[in-house]
Amino acid sequence: MSMSRGSSNGISLGLQFLLPVAVFGMVLAIWHGMVVAFDLPKILLPTPKEVLEAGWEHRTTLLKGIWATGQAALFGLGASVLFGTVLAILFSQSKIFRLAMYPYVIFLQTVPIVAIAPLLIIWLGNGFWTIVAIVLIISIFPIVANVTTGLLSIDKNLLELFRLYNATRWQMLTKLRIPVATSHLVVGMRISSGLAVIGAIVGEFFVGNATSYDGLGSLMTQWQTQFKTDALMAAVGASTLLGVSFFVFVNFLSRTLLRRWTQALGFESTK
Amino acid sequence: MPSEKSTNQDLPEWSIACRGLHVTLGGKQVLNGLDFSMAPGEIVSLLGASGCGKSTLLRTIAGIVHPQSGTIEFGRGGQESKDREAELSFVFQEATLLPWRTVESNVRLPLELKSSTNNGVSIPELLRQVGLNERDWGKLPGELSGGMKMRASLARALVTDPDLLLLDEPFAALDDILRTKLNELLLQIWSSRSRTIVFVTHNIAEAIFLSHRIAIMGQGKIAEWYSVDLPKDRRSDIRSTLPFATIYGEVAKKLEEQKR
Repeated sequence: MSMSRGSSNGISLGLQFLLPVAVFGMVLAIWHGMVVAFDLPKILLPTPKEVLEAGWEHRTTLLKGIWATGQAALFGLGASVLFGTVLAILFSQSKIFRLAMYPYVIFLQTVPIVAIAPLLIIWLGNGFWTIVAIVLIISIFPIVANVTTGLLSIDKNLLELFRLYNATRWQMLTKLRIPVATSHLVVGMRISSGLAVIGAIVGEFFVGNATSYDGLGSLMTQWQTQFKTDALMAAVGASTLLGVSFFVFVNFLSRTLLRRWTQALGFESTK
Repeated sequence: MPSEKSTNQDLPEWSIACRGLHVTLGGKQVLNGLDFSMAPGEIVSLLGASGCGKSTLLRTIAGIVHPQSGTIEFGRGGQESKDREAELSFVFQEATLLPWRTVESNVRLPLELKSSTNNGVSIPELLRQVGLNERDWGKLPGELSGGMKMRASLARALVTDPDLLLLDEPFAALDDILRTKLNELLLQIWSSRSRTIVFVTHNIAEAIFLSHRIAIMGQGKIAEWYSVDLPKDRRSDIRSTLPFATIYGEVAKKLEEQKR
């Protein structure tokens, strides 16, 4: 059976784009309808239009907030990728090190960040680097777990091929294990990119209250105490946009700089 | 008896002599006191039922599997001393190319791992010899057909100009026409430079076409040797001759006897 050009499972690309937009439009309409029908006060639930207006009014503050939160999230994510990859490489090279340390990496995944944030403030102070540390703690586990899996799940024949030519441990790592693990790193980064934005905002909830720090999390707490629900919802929208842009950024890296590895291993479509 | 691999100056260049090989894998005795020897420049095919130890023998010769006991001797016939790995190449059942490297880069891999020059083997010449056109050299393995991948895998095995070539069912996944073409290619490669070749296959016709001798394996040993009495310069039309058919019948009968 033939299929129309530019389609997936018979659904045109245009429809694939239009359907979610239509759902978004319906949600906005229902939201607006509820506010009008139940005469809800603005402080409880503003209309979509009021949220947009508040966003426009506070656009400079919001843009600064996106920039500050984005910077902290990007630094933290970068640190996660760097330290997570190094840890994973160490795990792949020494079973004893892996057995000794892996439980503590899992511990990082399970530790409640709200409990550890005040400690980090005591140790690192009220500022940017505390937020980066929180992002690091919250986003490192997917990187370590995925890259370790990638480094260790090498095709048996390829390992034998390298052993046959007396490849050194370094050659095995750089010419085989790391290229294979690159696609796994991208999977980890996709998960961690969302977590990084969440981590930065949560960090700002704690750090921002006591300083003039102007990240999205700080703005949210500030507008919450001022009952500026419309501006608060605009900040929620801005943080969502930031999360999506991080995800898009990781996908962009996967399809450009890392394309050779991700595509070759069947991770990215060749189309 | 401890396992050992050694070089014996009394044996001619790249003959192989395995004596009393015992290999146990996952609690199962795969090679059971196996003796095996071949002369330099000889092509020997290993035939036998699945699980009889053909691939294990090949991997043991390659040094990938270590025997619990027994010896493997490689004869060198007074040539200058070189390490075993430098003179041996292995072709797997699957092409096992690195998917992020181009064809040319995959073929160069053994030289990079050895940090050595290419012993005078020209990679472009080698790629042409195995039937890969210039336009394919820059392609990634994902862009190649099964046959082209196997040609690249063969080129990679030849790039170090090995004296001993070990092939583990390399053409098993290919269709008959392609398999026949690659069989001819392998014989051309052998006639251009005589190498000692051990070839594992399930295909009787392939074994007869390629080999000077066939080793039929059973119960972890060489159960029987069969000398292929055909001219060494063979083309695929030899498969339709009466002597070929006669040999086929005899080998098939011996194989059947082993399975009983």
